[in-house]
Amino acid sequence: MLKGQLIAKASGYVSVAVHASSSGRVVAVEEHPVPHPSGLSAPCVIIETDGRERWVPPPPPVDYTRTDPSHLRNLVREAGIVGLGGAGFPSFIKLNPGRGRQVETLILNGVECEPYITCDDALMRERPREILAGAHIMRHALQARECVVAVEDNKPGAYEAMREAAAKEGDVRVVLLPTRYPQGSEKQLIQVLTGKEVPSNGLPIDVGVVVHNVGTAYAVYRAIRWGEPLVSRVVTVTGGAVRRPRNLRVPLGTPVVHLLRECGADFDRIDRLIMGGPMMGIALHTWDVPVVKTTNCIIAATAEEMPPPEPPMPCIRCGACMDVCPVGLLPQQLYWYAQARDLERVQAYNLFDCIECGCCAYVCPSRIPLVQYYRFAKGAIWAQERERQKADLARRRHQARQERLEREKRERAERLRQKKAQAARAPQEAVRQALERAQARREEARRRAQEQARERAGLARERAGAPPPPPSSGDREG
Amino acid sequence: MALRTPSSPHIHAGTSVTRVMLQVVAATLPGVLVYAWLFGPGPLVNIALAVSLALGLEAAMLALRGRPLRPFLTDGSVVVTGLLFALALPQLTPWWITALGIAFAVVVGKHLFGGLGHNPFNPAMVGYVMLLISFPREMSAWQPPQALAPHPFDLAETLRYVFTGALPAGLDALSGATPLDTVRTQLSLERALPEILQGPLFGQLAGAGWEWVNLAFLAGGLWLVARRIAAWQIPAGMLAALALLAAVFHLVDPDRYASPLFHLLSGATMLGAFFIATDPVTAATTPLGRLCFGVGVGVLTYVIRTWGGYPDGVAFAVLLMNLAAPLLDHYTRPRVYGHGRR
Repeated sequence: MLKGQLIAKASGYVSVAVHASSSGRVVAVEEHPVPHPSGLSAPCVIIETDGRERWVPPPPPVDYTRTDPSHLRNLVREAGIVGLGGAGFPSFIKLNPGRGRQVETLILNGVECEPYITCDDALMRERPREILAGAHIMRHALQARECVVAVEDNKPGAYEAMREAAAKEGDVRVVLLPTRYPQGSEKQLIQVLTGKEVPSNGLPIDVGVVVHNVGTAYAVYRAIRWGEPLVSRVVTVTGGAVRRPRNLRVPLGTPVVHLLRECGADFDRIDRLIMGGPMMGIALHTWDVPVVKTTNCIIAATAEEMPPPEPPMPCIRCGACMDVCPVGLLPQQLYWYAQARDLERVQAYNLFDCIECGCCAYVCPSRIPLVQYYRFAKGAIWAQERERQKADLARRRHQARQERLEREKRERAERLRQKKAQAARAPQEAVRQALERAQARREEARRRAQEQARERAGLARERAGAPPPPPSSGDREG
Repeated sequence: MALRTPSSPHIHAGTSVTRVMLQVVAATLPGVLVYAWLFGPGPLVNIALAVSLALGLEAAMLALRGRPLRPFLTDGSVVVTGLLFALALPQLTPWWITALGIAFAVVVGKHLFGGLGHNPFNPAMVGYVMLLISFPREMSAWQPPQALAPHPFDLAETLRYVFTGALPAGLDALSGATPLDTVRTQLSLERALPEILQGPLFGQLAGAGWEWVNLAFLAGGLWLVARRIAAWQIPAGMLAALALLAAVFHLVDPDRYASPLFHLLSGATMLGAFFIATDPVTAATTPLGRLCFGVGVGVLTYVIRTWGGYPDGVAFAVLLMNLAAPLLDHYTRPRVYGHGRR
């Protein structure tokens, strides 16, 4: 197995390939714990590395300016690139504006979604030109009119580096934004930068905007310019239990425990191990999980740093949650209806516009785990929807069968009725036919008599030298 | 290795119900101190009595309802209820009146509806209004500021009166009227307002003493709003509506209708606007709903004060608007991101 070799093909549209992140030998393909809130396992390819980092021979470099956007998208797909900001949506799909759509703005998200996470900051400081090169490729693929890089003002180094790199190239705007969570969220960033709102249930492309993470831009650059698939990413390793917090470029699949050791983690003091940020990250059940494409940060938090949740008090309707909701929802009403399992009402209060940013739960004086309620309600609605679809299908099937049986019955009845009618009609018909035949016979007899008369007259004329009349065609039915 | 795996977010701002309630209590301090300074120790005795009874009743109700005592006794909500209830009472109130009122507030107003967060009506006002309707004589024994009183009560005399009903030697009975009361009775005697306001009970801006109490509650209230504990829309709506109505009628007939300033600084205006109407449990919760709620309280307060049967109307106004809060919330839902303007 060589580094960069394909180990898992994409299946279905919303998926990308996976490549070996180092050279070595495949020792197993089996179920293994993965970073997921459920703590469940998933099939994994386990590679015993040989430490030699032997690459697959690189494909010839691609000049993106002379490449068709659809081919670029294919290359990005084959390189296994997904959004590296945290959501992990396949990037090639977001590089496809769709037929007849004009992309006004390509936004490079360097906002860094949450506290603690600094992987994008590190990348922007160290690789600004490569990021911009990736941005140009993306812009070509999208045929976007302009490109904006957004950086928050708590990262002055990254801002300077990006601005400097952009100044050399021109044509790319680097914007410094005040630091405000959850500005790194796609919809919120679009609102801040362009004043436009992505319609509910819509996509950024609906308002002519596409957002990509700076790390994704870097990965696209590596893939197109150097033919390297996505086999590594920058991961922030931090938290109170880590002695040497830092950003590392990590081969995908590296066990989290390895990163913790590398950064001097005090394993006894780890109370919560979070993948992602403190606001939206998932708490891992074990450190024996691999780094995946969406692992932007590992926080090894102590109990003092992130104390166990306090028992919730009743809601006092203070509205602090509403004041902080970036979407403009009414979190307390949502909570109320989610708790009451009023799934209709909770949807009427726009549950599905909730981005689960956690602001409401963060400020709630009653310490109600609001986001958990919303996830529960969403799950219940999805389950209900599935049930309904299943029931619908069963009902449609049943209906179709009923209809078929009904139709067959009707047809049988119809045939029977016809037969009976025929049978009933039969005697009268016979009489009518007999009468007709009799009539015909009478006609025939009359005609014959006339003919004979004419013959006799003809014979008389023949004798006088006249031609014979044509033979008549007597129509007799059977 | 036993990792904790709760749902996100994993951090918290550190606020709690207790902290919210303690800040409300702290914000009343300027008002309470000025009140006690100008009107004697009566209000402090009322507060001590009401708050301790409220805590006891809360504990009893929690025990009866099989709820944990500790989190709910320390959440501070019943302290706020007791405090606001006590501030609504006349300065010299017999103990059994206070006890009856706070019992009604805590037991009926709060716990029979399900306790913290579930009561549709402001419990302090439920207790106060029950007393106002049932014991009109005791509930109207308002004292003038000590500087104007024929016999200023000291602490010992106050305690003796509250617990035994015994008046200090030389006094036969307590009687009194607030500035709002005086305006009301004098107007009904066909006297003109400018003349009425010449009376001893009136100060520079409104009622003597009361103007300062109101200003002190305003100061505490503004702090509460700045801390975002109280929603600004409610006091803003209430004060604006009250001032606007008062201004219109005052301009039409200054002989019959008091000035906006008089209304703003009289009676329970500031206490009501910043501390009572802003009770989050019973008020509207959407931004526009809160504004409407405040405006409603302001309008009703003015209407009751001017044409109603009681000299002050804040308590009734708040309770009536509590009734309307769910409806206001329903019709004032804010626009959600990506949903277009309605």
